[in-house]
Formats: sequence, C-alpha cells, structure tokens
Amino acid sequence: MKKFLIFTIFIYSLLLISCSKKDSEVIDYNKKFMINPGGSLINAMTGEPSNLIAMIAGDSASSAIAGNIFNSLIKYDENLEYAPDLAESWQISNNQKTITFKLKKGLKWQDGKPLTSSDVLFTWKLITNPNTRTPYASDYQLVIKAETPNPLTFQITYADSYAPALDTWASLHILPKHILENEDINNTFFSRNPIGSSYYKLDNWISGQQVTLKANEKSISGPPFIKKLISRIIPDTSSQFLELTADNIDVMNINPIQYQRVFPAKKDLQRKIELYKELGNGYTYLGFNLKKAPFNDIKVRQALNYAIDKDEVIKGVLLGLGESISSPYKPGTRWNNPNLNPYPYNPKKALKLLNKAGYIKNDKGILLKNGKPLKFEIITNQNKQREMTAVLIQRRLQEIGVEVSIRVIEWASFVNRFIKTGDFDVVVLGWSLSLDPDQYNIWHSSQQGPGQFNFLGYSNKNVDKLLEVGRKELNILKREKIYHEFSKYLLEDSPIVYLYAGYSLSAVHKRVKGIKQPSPPAGIYHNNYDWFIPKPLRRNEIME
Amino acid sequence: MKIFLKNPLAMSGFIIILLVLVVALIAPVIAPYDPNFIDINSILYPPSLNHLMGTDGLGRDVFSRMLYGARISLLVGFVAVGIATFIGVILGSIAGFYRGWVDSIIMRFVDIMLSIPTFFLILAVIAFLTPSIWNIMIVIGLTSWMGVTRLVRAEFFSLRQREYVLASETMGSNHFSIIIKHLLPNSLTPIIVSSVLGIASAVLVESGLSFLGLGVQAPTASWGNILTDGKEYIQFAWWLSLFPGLAILITVLGYNLLGEGLRDVLDPKNKN
Amino acid sequence: MTAYLIKRILWMIPMLIGISLISFFIMHLAPGDVTSNESSFNPRASEESRQKLRELYNLDKPVIIQYGLWLKRIIELDFGNSFASHQKPVLWERKDKSGNITKGLIQESLPITLMINLLGIFIIFTISICLGTLSAVRQNTWVDRSITLFVFIAFAIPGFWLALLLMYWTGVSNQWLPISGLHSPGFENLSSFGQFIDLLKHLVLPVSISSLSGLAGISLYVRNGMLDILHQDFITTARSKGLQENKIVFIHALKNAILPLITIIGLSIPGLIGGSVIAESIFAIPGMGKLFYDSVLMRDFPVIMGILTIGSVLTLIGNLLADIGYAWADPRVRKGLVK
Repeated sequence: MKKFLIFTIFIYSLLLISCSKKDSEVIDYNKKFMINPGGSLINAMTGEPSNLIAMIAGDSASSAIAGNIFNSLIKYDENLEYAPDLAESWQISNNQKTITFKLKKGLKWQDGKPLTSSDVLFTWKLITNPNTRTPYASDYQLVIKAETPNPLTFQITYADSYAPALDTWASLHILPKHILENEDINNTFFSRNPIGSSYYKLDNWISGQQVTLKANEKSISGPPFIKKLISRIIPDTSSQFLELTADNIDVMNINPIQYQRVFPAKKDLQRKIELYKELGNGYTYLGFNLKKAPFNDIKVRQALNYAIDKDEVIKGVLLGLGESISSPYKPGTRWNNPNLNPYPYNPKKALKLLNKAGYIKNDKGILLKNGKPLKFEIITNQNKQREMTAVLIQRRLQEIGVEVSIRVIEWASFVNRFIKTGDFDVVVLGWSLSLDPDQYNIWHSSQQGPGQFNFLGYSNKNVDKLLEVGRKELNILKREKIYHEFSKYLLEDSPIVYLYAGYSLSAVHKRVKGIKQPSPPAGIYHNNYDWFIPKPLRRNEIME
Repeated sequence: MKIFLKNPLAMSGFIIILLVLVVALIAPVIAPYDPNFIDINSILYPPSLNHLMGTDGLGRDVFSRMLYGARISLLVGFVAVGIATFIGVILGSIAGFYRGWVDSIIMRFVDIMLSIPTFFLILAVIAFLTPSIWNIMIVIGLTSWMGVTRLVRAEFFSLRQREYVLASETMGSNHFSIIIKHLLPNSLTPIIVSSVLGIASAVLVESGLSFLGLGVQAPTASWGNILTDGKEYIQFAWWLSLFPGLAILITVLGYNLLGEGLRDVLDPKNKN
Repeated sequence: MTAYLIKRILWMIPMLIGISLISFFIMHLAPGDVTSNESSFNPRASEESRQKLRELYNLDKPVIIQYGLWLKRIIELDFGNSFASHQKPVLWERKDKSGNITKGLIQESLPITLMINLLGIFIIFTISICLGTLSAVRQNTWVDRSITLFVFIAFAIPGFWLALLLMYWTGVSNQWLPISGLHSPGFENLSSFGQFIDLLKHLVLPVSISSLSGLAGISLYVRNGMLDILHQDFITTARSKGLQENKIVFIHALKNAILPLITIIGLSIPGLIGGSVIAESIFAIPGMGKLFYDSVLMRDFPVIMGILTIGSVLTLIGNLLADIGYAWADPRVRKGLVK
C-alpha cells in the first residue's frame, strides 16, 4: 500500500517537473515590427456558441463567431456610418420605398461557388418563412416585394417607407443557397459546419472547449493577416483572468476594478498587456412600473430621479468608467440630444416634489401619505454591476425617507415571473441598442402586451406620434430632430432614471498590433482583419 | 465527558464552534461599522487598523461583513439541518416502527432521492424558485434528510426488540408515546452526530451556490458571497477571499471535528 | 444469484419512474421556459414568434400530458433535442440524410465527467485506504490525529477557492501546469503520447480538487472498519499464533475492511457527479455538471431531464455493480441479500 502512495506521489512530481518553466526573457513589445501574415490569436468566451446561423442563434458568443464567417449586404464603418460589404453600392428610390443593392463582382463562397443576388433573395425568403424559428422575422416581413433582376442586383420594396431598413440589412448574414436550399434551417449540420464568405472559415470546433477559425483565402476582401482565431470557452471570469496573466489567451473583456486597480498595480501586466476602452451600445437604467401607484405620479418619478446620485453610481460601480446620459442613445452619436442634461442630484428638490405629491415626513423621518409609507422593492437580475447600483440607490433613497428593498433574481425567472406579469415596482436593467434610433418597440404605447418591450407601461401621445413619424422618415437631419424631441419628452416624463452608459473594457496582449488606440466609435474589433502579430512575437507551439 | 476532554481534536472543534457562535451572536456589538455602509471613497483598501480585514468593491468594511456573514452562514446551516432532521426523524420513526409496506415505501423513496445527484436537484430548484435565503435553507433541508431517515430507522429496528419497548406496547401505550418516550431518546446519538456533520455540509453547499451565483443574494453578506466577490481579485485584493475562505474552512472543520468526536465519545464500541 | 440479479434489475424500473416523476415535476416549478433566455429579450423578437416556439416544443400542453409524451419517448431512448442549442440531440448522435453526424450533448460530456470522476474515485480510494490503515494502526497517536485533521481540512476548504489559489500558484507564478481547459493550443499537432501527457497535465488540478472532499469520509470509514476488525477474535488468534503484525494488518484485516468499501463506491457516485458542477465551471471543462448548470439557467428542459435521468441511471447501475461485486466477493452476504 505504501508503494502505491509513493507511486502516486511520484507520478504527480513527474508531471510537475515535466512541465518545464517557460523562458522569461524580456521582450520589448513596443518596438516597431514588420507586418507579415501569420500567427494566431487566442481569445476567451464565457459560453459556447449555440448555432452559427445568426438568425436562429441570438447569443453573443454565436454572433461573435458568425460575424467573422459571414457577410451582410452592408456594414458599419469605424465611425458607424454605412459602408459597402457584399454590396458595393445601394440606392433608395425617390418615394423612399424601394432599395436597390448592387453586389460586388466576383464574390465567392469559401467552397469556391459564386455568391450572387439569388443567395440574398434566398436568405430573405428564409428569414420570413414562418417555419424558420427566428425571433428576427418581423423587420423583414415589412418587405412586400424582393427581386433579383440580375445576379448582381437585389431590390426590395416596402409598403411604406421604413427608416430602419438599412440597419436591418446590415445585420442580416447572407447564407449560401446552394447548400441550404434543401435543408431544414432549424435543424441542420450547417449550424456547426458553416460555409461563409467572410475573412475566416471554420477550422474545427471542439465542443465545450474551443472554436478555431482560419483565414478564408477566397474572401473578396483578401485574407486577413492573422491566420487563426482561436476562441477558448472559459466560463469563469476569474479563470479567464488567470489565463490572461499567464499569457495563455490574448484578448478578454475585463471589469472596471481590473482596469482601474489591478493593472495599474501590476507592472508585469502593463508591460505585456494593452488596455482599451470604448462606449458600449447600451445603458443601465432604473425603471418604474408606471401602471402602479405611486409611480403613475410624475412628481414622484421626478423626485426619485433627483434623489439618485448618478455620479456616485458611476464612481462607485464603474470606478468612473462610464458616462451619465440624458437620452436613450449612445453619447457622441447624432441621435443624442446635446441640449439635455441629466437630473442633478438634489435631495432637497426631491423632498419638495414629494411633499407636493402628498408625502410628509413623520417624526422617524419616513415619508408618509395617508398614513402609508413610501416603500418599494427594486428587482434586478444577477449582474454584479446592477446589484451594486441598486445598493447605492437604496442608500440615497433611504436618506430622504423612502424605504427600499432589493431583490436579485436569476434571469429566466426575472423575465417570466416579474417582467411579463407586470408584478414589480422598480427594476434596474439595461437596454442594449441597435444603431438605428427607432425605439418604437420600447416606448410606443401599443407595445405593452405581455412579452412586449414597453413593460413599464409608458404612454405619451406626443411620443407615440414622434415614434411613428420617425420610423418612416429617411432624411437623416429631419430624423435627428424627431428623436431629439422624443428624448426631451422622455427625460421630462422620467419613466426611467438614466443611470449610466458604461465603457466596455478589453485587455489585449501587446503581441497583437494594428488595433486603433483610442478605440473608434465602432470599437476595437471592427477591423480585426487588419490586426497582425509580428513574427518574433508569435506563439511557437501552434503550427499553421 | 472525560473521553471527550481527552480527545484534543474534538475539543478544538468544540471550542471553534463556540467561538464562531459567540461571534455571530454579538456581531452587532463588536462590528466596527454597519456591514452595508458604503463608502465609495475607500474602495478596496487593504487591511489596516481602521479596517481590520480591508474593504470591498463598494468600500464596505470586510470585517463587519464577515461578522454579520457568520450569522447568515450559520443560520443557513442550522435551519437547513433542522428541516432535514425533522423530516428524517419523522419518516425514519414511521418506517422503523411500523415496518412492513410502510417501511418499504419510505425506503424506496429514500433510495430514489439518494440516486438523484443532490447538488443537481438543489441547483435546479433554487434556480427555478429564485435564490432567496429562505429558499436555500428549505431546499438544502429537503434534499438532505435521507441519511437521518436511514439512521433513525436502523436504530428503531434494533430498539424495538428490547424488552421495555415490547412491554410498554403490550401494556397498551399508544404508538406515539412509545416513540417519544422510549425509542427516540435512545436514538439520539446518531441523530446529533449526523446533524452536526450536516451543518458543516450546508455551510459548504451555500458557498458553492454563491460561486454559481445562486447563493444568498446581495446586499446581505454571507461568507459564501463575500468569498465569491473576492475570487475575481485573488492576486490583487487577497483580503477579500482569504478571510471568508479561512472562516469557512475553520468553521466547517470545527463542526466535523466535533461531530466525529461526539461519535467516538457516544459510541458504546469505543468505551473500552 | 441469477434470481437475485433479475430481482435487482426489475427493481430499477419503479425506481426510474419515481426518479423521472420527481425530476419532471420539480422542473415545472420553473417560471419561464426556453423562449425566455437572454436573447429573446431583444426588442426585435416578438411575442408571436416565441409563442410559435412554445407550440413546437409542446410547452403549451398541461404538465401531465408533457410527462406522458416524455415518458413515451424515453422508453424508445429518445431524449429529444436541446432547446437552447437548437438542434443538438440530448443523448446520442444523429445522422442526417447526407451523412453528417451531430453528436449528442450527453454523449460528448458524459465521458469527460466519467473520466474525471473515475480518476477521482481511484485516487480517493487509494489514498484513503493508505491513510485509514495508517490511522487505525497508530490509533490515538499524533499520526492518527494529524491524518484526521488533514482529511477534515481537505473536506472543509471551499473547493473553488483552493482551485483558484492552486491555479495561480501552479499556473501563473510557476507555470508548472496549465490553468484551465482540457487541451493546450496546438494539441492536434502533438504525438499521441504527447497528447496523453497534455491531457494528464490538464487533469491534475481538477481531479485533485474534486478528490479532496471525498478523502475524509472514506479514510475514516477505513480507519473505523480496521479498528473493529483489529479487535476481533480471528485477528487476536492470528496474533497469538505469532503472525507478523504487518501481515496481520495488510492481509487479514485490510481485506476485511475494504470489502464494504465496494458498496460505498456505488453510493458516492451521485455526490461526485453533482459536485462536478463547480470544478467544471472553474476549470473550463465541458462535462455533464457544467452542461446541467447551463441547461438550468436556459430552462433547457430536455437536457435537464436527460441529465437527471442518465445521472440516476448511472447511480443505479453503480449500486447494482457494487452489490454484485460485494456478493461475489463475500458469499455470506449473497445469501443475506437474496432473502
């Protein structure tokens, strides 16, 4: 028996020794390096992609991978303006109802077959087919006629002018007709063995472990510099961070504490890892259930808005890595109304408004109206930042005599048990936004059904009208005006308290070059095909 | 008692548990800060005289949170084990006393529950019911009564044949009073030992659930969620994970040592 | 023996039905279904299309009918397809008409979990038998006490915390071992021996961590069993015959003390499978525990049901094998069990 113990210990120590230390010669990553193709980039994701057909998937891991394999007709450039992708140009008819896309010449799928307008038509038919299990069909169902006059032209007609149209075509991946024609899209091998047209193609996929993409030599825009993109699936973010510091992954998303505190304190990390920050496409808010008293009273909503210190939230939760906002758009974009300002933190004004609404402080400092205290529950889903935000808000509201409790709920229960049934007081949540300013689904009074997105129950005739006009108006300047006015109403009504728009923070190993610093509006990843890894800095264990 | 005193491991277990209990009870007296007092100007301070165990990501005093966390973690342990013991004693008594088909049904149910991976069951139920502290205690309790049931049943099997039990049965005492007066008091040893060990497991299960995001929810502090908060910064803010980690380790260790010690002391086999 | 076996196997059927009933109804505590995962909370997704999904999956039918439909399919070993990953079969691979194979979720993850747990059981038992024997032989000395203390510490330390500390120490500070995952980048270019070593290196930490908590129970069991036996008559007889103490301990006592361990292996399976959730999440290992956790969060009912059923079946089979092994090893017991 003792022999066995010794044997086990022996095996363990053998393993430890055989894992020789890596040589730690100091490399100067800041030197100028030659651009040459080759090398591989390893990044980390927390979940496995479910399906590489984006119209069916919907999780962020899937869209991150699929985005490297498929093209859309058009795309957003680094300044978030429309740019050619498969289409070299597009034209909108005078009545604003027809769009004609001209495809680039010589487009090919990765298997060498030509990519033509019939593939585009096929994709449109697919997404509007009632048997396709996609949540995204409604935008494309507005198209009443789709035609392919010739292999390089694709033309669609809407019943009424539809302003977000281009945005929807920029997010639809074009799929190959010759492969999928006789397949059941809901249930096809293609979702794990995609044939695409973009810079990369699938090399191999080890379930639950990693997805490897390699350069697609047939891509119209030419192959990318980095030959292999390896996405490792590491569910736990602390494990991811250890992998990053041990040099085993090159890219990961980090949190504000890692960005502001850990990196500045660690010289060895700074030497080899570059940090990037960019404003994300979303914001976090505190939303009132407007169908419930006392939140149906605008004075109460405004009062609570004044009583919440947004700067404190940004400082405490994001360590300053976020911006306060006053309209539901990304700061710095044209849709954002520059004349609006957030409600300043002003507890005195808050109290005054609450007094007007009938709430009087008793001797214990609690606000009462007709003998009932002002008391509610904030619910939020399991998200560290939202949790902390709720805690900070709770403190400020308690200071003015409002009793607040917090409940953190796992996502699926959160949506089904509380949001869909309308059984909540106040939520802390976030909206991530598409680049088109249309927010009909969120704020129009007709969108309050169960499972629809105006679950707060917001209804304002002026806003309804603006939203209706806005989605038909194609003139960008007129549209800008419409949405600026919409934002003004929204801020005044205060159905939500805008809390912050946070930065998304990335850490990238310095061996990766060609990343724009500071990040352009579209983020660092928009040109990942231009990234390169100089030869001396490549990992030598991965063959190409 | 003498044997107990002679067993240094059991003794140290007892002392640890006593200390932790006292700390949990007098937490409000000795905690230097309100455990939920936020100070965003003192985020992630290392341990110092002002903050004995440093501060966390919202500038809250970790020492105070640990003290209050002790209450929550122990509460979870006690209530969960209380539920499990309650169910276990009742089912075990019925099965052991009546035997026959009643026993068969109860024991098949025990077998079924024992074949489902318990942690899976806990995960599923807590995720579905939304993780509140009460749900956690109830679910841990509802999934860990099988051991007690078996123990009580086995004890009853052997006790029922004793003369005094048979005697009181022939004298017409009702079943309930036989169970309460004669059978249960004599089966107390294994029940106590398994409860003490059960508390240790419950504390660990709570920390495991916290790691998965399904434990006691913010802003309430439990050792499990303080540790989970700290795991992101293990190389930077070491104090956030070291103290809760050690606290869980020592407490669970204490319960185990105590439980095993009690078993040795109370087990008639070890008397000689 | 045959009669006993048949009886044991027949017993498994009502057990399985009981298990499936419990799992099925627990699942229906859940508010929400597959149509409510994060992606569907997208402004572009309409309630209509979600209703469509619900109908496709029979989620609009009453629970009891869903259970009936499910049980009918399970009898044909059809565990259905996963909701969340859209098309992957839950249990076993499926071939489509053009010969492309889609692997089953459990098919992919079960071998990994089994491998880790079998290695874990092997390590737990070898180390526990050593420690338990040593403890018993040196009863009430400092050796006994420090072994007891050690196994209790191993049990009491929160696994994920120790895992992170070890990952940092062996992976970042010293770079002795890989941190997470099962393969290194460039794995496919290694020789098969190199691949084996690579896999082994990746398994050292996860297997060690998941074994630690099991040491306490088993080694104490061995210790107490040994103590009982060492005080029994036949050992005393052996001693009086002048047999060497080592021989007594290792040949006579140990054999008798290990025997009951066979049944413990069977009983420890559900704990190990359940415990793999945390280790698999932290070490990024795509096993069944991680799969279960993800499915719970996604409300992926076919997968949850599949794993609960398969996990329980494994336990039942484990128990069966253990009982058979025990009966085979000890004829006395066999007779006792048949009645």
